Amino acid sequence: MSRTKILGRLRFGDMLFRNLTRAAAILVLIILSGVIISLINGALPALQAFGFNFLLEERWNPVTEKFGALAPIYGTLVTSFIAMMIAVPIGLLIALFLTELCPMWLRRPIGIAIELLAGIPSIIYGIWGLFVFAPFLQRTLQPTLIGWFDNVPVLSALFEGPPYGIGVLTASFILAIMVLPFVTSISRDVFEAVPPVLKEAAYGVGCTTWEVVRYVVLPFARVGVIGGVMLSLGRALGETMAVTFVIGNAHRVSASILAPGTTISATIANEFTEAVGDLYTSSLIALGLILFVITFVVLAAARYLLLRLEKRVG
Amino acid sequence: MSLSVTATVVGLGWLVLILGSLVFEGVSGVSLAVFTEMTPPPGADGGLLNPIVGSLMLTVLAVLIGTPIGIMAGTYMAEYGKYATLTVVVRFINDILLSAPSIVVGLFVYEILVAPLGHFSGWAGGVALALIVIPVVLRTTEDMLSLVPKELRESATALGLPLARVIRHVSYRAARAGIITGVLLAIARISGETAPLLFTALNNQFFSTNLNAPISSLPVVIFQFALSPYADWQKLAWIGALIITFAVLALSITARALSASGKSS
Repeated sequence: MSRTKILGRLRFGDMLFRNLTRAAAILVLIILSGVIISLINGALPALQAFGFNFLLEERWNPVTEKFGALAPIYGTLVTSFIAMMIAVPIGLLIALFLTELCPMWLRRPIGIAIELLAGIPSIIYGIWGLFVFAPFLQRTLQPTLIGWFDNVPVLSALFEGPPYGIGVLTASFILAIMVLPFVTSISRDVFEAVPPVLKEAAYGVGCTTWEVVRYVVLPFARVGVIGGVMLSLGRALGETMAVTFVIGNAHRVSASILAPGTTISATIANEFTEAVGDLYTSSLIALGLILFVITFVVLAAARYLLLRLEKRVG
Repeated sequence: MSLSVTATVVGLGWLVLILGSLVFEGVSGVSLAVFTEMTPPPGADGGLLNPIVGSLMLTVLAVLIGTPIGIMAGTYMAEYGKYATLTVVVRFINDILLSAPSIVVGLFVYEILVAPLGHFSGWAGGVALALIVIPVVLRTTEDMLSLVPKELRESATALGLPLARVIRHVSYRAARAGIITGVLLAIARISGETAPLLFTALNNQFFSTNLNAPISSLPVVIFQFALSPYADWQKLAWIGALIITFAVLALSITARALSASGKSS
């Protein structure tokens, strides 16, 4: 009798544990749907008041309660774009160095150092950008750029105005430094997945290191690298604190990348606790919803590409 | 190819530059007072006692809420439902939550915990951070449990152990170092998180351990003080930044050492 009792208890314990873990897994799904539902719910008043124009209007006026998301959306996309333009080539080069050129004993320490750079909280980049990097740019790079492109037709508009130090360009630089470790470590993993036989065969027929990289490593790793770049882009789009410090928080779309601007996350971080009135709060939540949708699409695409690569390799 | 050497030097140069300026600006101000006195009004002397205590409390709260959920869900995915549809979906969703903007997490918690209750609170801050802990812990738990050789499970099952016991006494034990690494990495991640705390835990200029009221935290104080016009507040912001950075670096290095020792044994 006691044996069936013990067996029954064991079976009950097994079932309990199984369902407990299952519930935890389902909870993750509930969290994501909760995020989406609560954002839509909070954004509804603003979306009803402004409709589709919310995406296209530049005005952001808390006094008259007229809000439009164009300036933050534009700022988010431009800073992330410039950041990726800087970080992707450098990140790829570092990954190539680590997988193809670096002496064995140096690979691990450099790899760890790059990953530590990824662990530094964004607020540290922010405070460093504000007190050290922005004044440095204000004194050196920005006046030079303004001087160089003063008389060039289109580019003079791009580099126009007084050198504030803070602004879109500075924010892009900081973002680039922040996503660099992500680009590097993902590309390194992808490059390492290239079968050594392929590379050895290429070296065997007399290819130089550059030719091996250009004609063997890069074509093989292309999908993975694109996936990694998009994953990093997702990070850059949603990055808040580092950008908030150095972007200047001006609600306008300017042609010059030296001018202050704003991004979606910086606007929310700066204004949310001070927002009075339901429409103001709701507009900020609507901004959060837009940001979430953009990053969701980018990250989902990145995951899809990386998953395809994993299937091919495995 | 010499370009890639240059790129590596540039990449490592930034790390040295940032750490260097942190130490340069912060280390001269580190004294006992920083850890024993409260945040001062502008123009007075003080320390960072209340934000340090607040940050510790929020971190502990987030780990207490987030770790069990993350480990449980990871267990289901690696042990029970390895081939279930639920696992595939959750893995995909979790990867997205892992890199989702943390400020959106803050908005979500504001909507469900702050707005309905009518006040900012330490609980809300802890929950917001817990939502960031879960994906990190889940991911490492699943990966680490998948690395446990299935022969171990098979021999335990052959002895007649029910699956729940096999998981707890065999799989968990084999994957322990890896799971602890995941928790440490999660702590490193949340100890510098600012965005989700801005409108959940808010801030508090007084010493408070009441989780039902707004509570101070290091990252938020750094944000507020760094953007203030007062030189002594900015100094404290640098000191706070230094403390956080070294805490995070220490945690990541410990986690790395732990996972390396787990692999070799």
